[in-house]
Amino acid sequence: MSLTIEDISYTYETGTAMQVTALDHVSVEIPDKQFIGLIGHTGSGKSTLVQMLNGLLKPTGGRILYKGEDIHGENFDRKKLRAKVGLVFQYPEHQLFEADVLSDVMFGPRNLGLTEEECRRRAHAALRNVGMDKKFYEKSPFDLSGGEKRRVAIAGVLAMHPEILILDEPTAGLDPKGRDEILGLISEMNSRMDMTIILVSHSMDDVAEYVDRIMVMNHGHLVYDDIPAKVFSHYQELEGMGLSAPQVTYVMQYLREQGLPVRTDIFTLEEAAAEILAHRRDIHV
Amino acid sequence: MFKSITLGQYYQTDSVLHRLDPRVKLTATLVYIICLFVVNSFPGYLFAGLFLVCMIRLSHVPFGYMVRGMKAIVFLLVLTMTFNMFLTPGEPLLRIWKLTMTKEGLSTAIMMAVRLSFLVIGSSLMTLTTTPNQLTDAMEAMMSPFKKIHMPVHEIAMMMSIALRFIPILMEETDKIMKAQMARGADFDSKNLMKKIQSMIPLLVPLFVSAFRRANDLAMAMEARCYHGGEGRTKMKPLVYQGRDWAAYLILLAFFAGCIAFRATSHMVPFPLGAIN
Repeated sequence: MSLTIEDISYTYETGTAMQVTALDHVSVEIPDKQFIGLIGHTGSGKSTLVQMLNGLLKPTGGRILYKGEDIHGENFDRKKLRAKVGLVFQYPEHQLFEADVLSDVMFGPRNLGLTEEECRRRAHAALRNVGMDKKFYEKSPFDLSGGEKRRVAIAGVLAMHPEILILDEPTAGLDPKGRDEILGLISEMNSRMDMTIILVSHSMDDVAEYVDRIMVMNHGHLVYDDIPAKVFSHYQELEGMGLSAPQVTYVMQYLREQGLPVRTDIFTLEEAAAEILAHRRDIHV
Repeated sequence: MFKSITLGQYYQTDSVLHRLDPRVKLTATLVYIICLFVVNSFPGYLFAGLFLVCMIRLSHVPFGYMVRGMKAIVFLLVLTMTFNMFLTPGEPLLRIWKLTMTKEGLSTAIMMAVRLSFLVIGSSLMTLTTTPNQLTDAMEAMMSPFKKIHMPVHEIAMMMSIALRFIPILMEETDKIMKAQMARGADFDSKNLMKKIQSMIPLLVPLFVSAFRRANDLAMAMEARCYHGGEGRTKMKPLVYQGRDWAAYLILLAFFAGCIAFRATSHMVPFPLGAIN
């Protein structure tokens, strides 16, 4: 169990008229090597929650344990924690600043106090892992496309060798191809590098295909925390929170209403195709 | 980290002061500042202080919220007080090493401190109860006579309102960039000055890039809406004086007259420190 969140709360602007409770007594366990989807509508508290996990925000109530140690304890090194719990923010523009891609990726490792050689080695490896070709290394990060910038931003965090990688809306503003590439990449990091991944999103379609577990946030509460099939079975409640089940689930429901006896607990295209094919004898045109 | 700066940030609530015409509030702030330099006696400052307390009560802005904003000027306050205390010639009161604190110095120091804090509270009361947009509207209206001498009044007001509008946006952006860099192990709390300057680069570069991008987008959006300067431009909410605004002007006039009366009847020593000796 690498991260344990015990009953944390967070209130913005305490004591003023603008007081907002972003998190309300949330408890969660993040075990090793899991691929987790964190879903919620804008303002549900999901971004606040992830900023707690690497100690950027201090909870106003409750505590967060990393390998059993309180991360806001007196002797805890939060800078080290940030290397272990990597957080990639939504906009790569917020972190890219160096003159070329390679130096930008080396920024993280340099902050860890590693040798120049080790930094370079890690940066090369990280850029290779996100599928950035050598020809980009000398380019300015500001000249890259949206998808490329995002890859470099992810590489910048990967180069710190995190055990847990949190990505805040990594597919926002990307075209479908860029979206699939980034999600494929993240899934691969989970399966091949045994990294724990927390994928923050408001799109069920994004997470449905890849994750082992879904956590749903609404108004600062953790509403569901289960395997995808169980969470999606609450699709009506999800709609009430401004979310939805994956589109294929709706297709399956429609088919069933129309008299085709297919299962409706389906949330990926492949499964849907297999299920429909299995019932092809029942299709009467 | 910027949440603590309340000095001059609009505080949303409903009060008489919030509803007043911004021109009244702007004039009142200017008059109040002048008054602080007109009065020069203890009863005079008491009068100005009472007036301020009444205004704060009327504004419905929590007093604690205002005091928090004062933190920003504590350093300035202490500095002015120290200089005044030790560098004013006069009757010696206390001797520390080569410095002599004089009675006159102490009295001036207290006066300066009171003036400065009243000044800051008074002007922040205006910005706390007036949105930046209202404020620039008021400035534009009050400066419009200068158009005659070809001063670009509208353009100045527009630049001001854009600048003001972008302060919270850029602050929020700074916060996000800091967090993104801290997630990559950046250290912004270094005590070492050189390291501190170096650590600003990963913060300032993305901030400038984004500021320029936003400026570009805004210029484009303004042109797309056929913005062409102030000529013939009408307002959605034109400033019109109401009854309460005239009443406020009257109260202001009375206050100003009161301050002049205090000045006329006072002697030169602002805080009589005869008791100390």
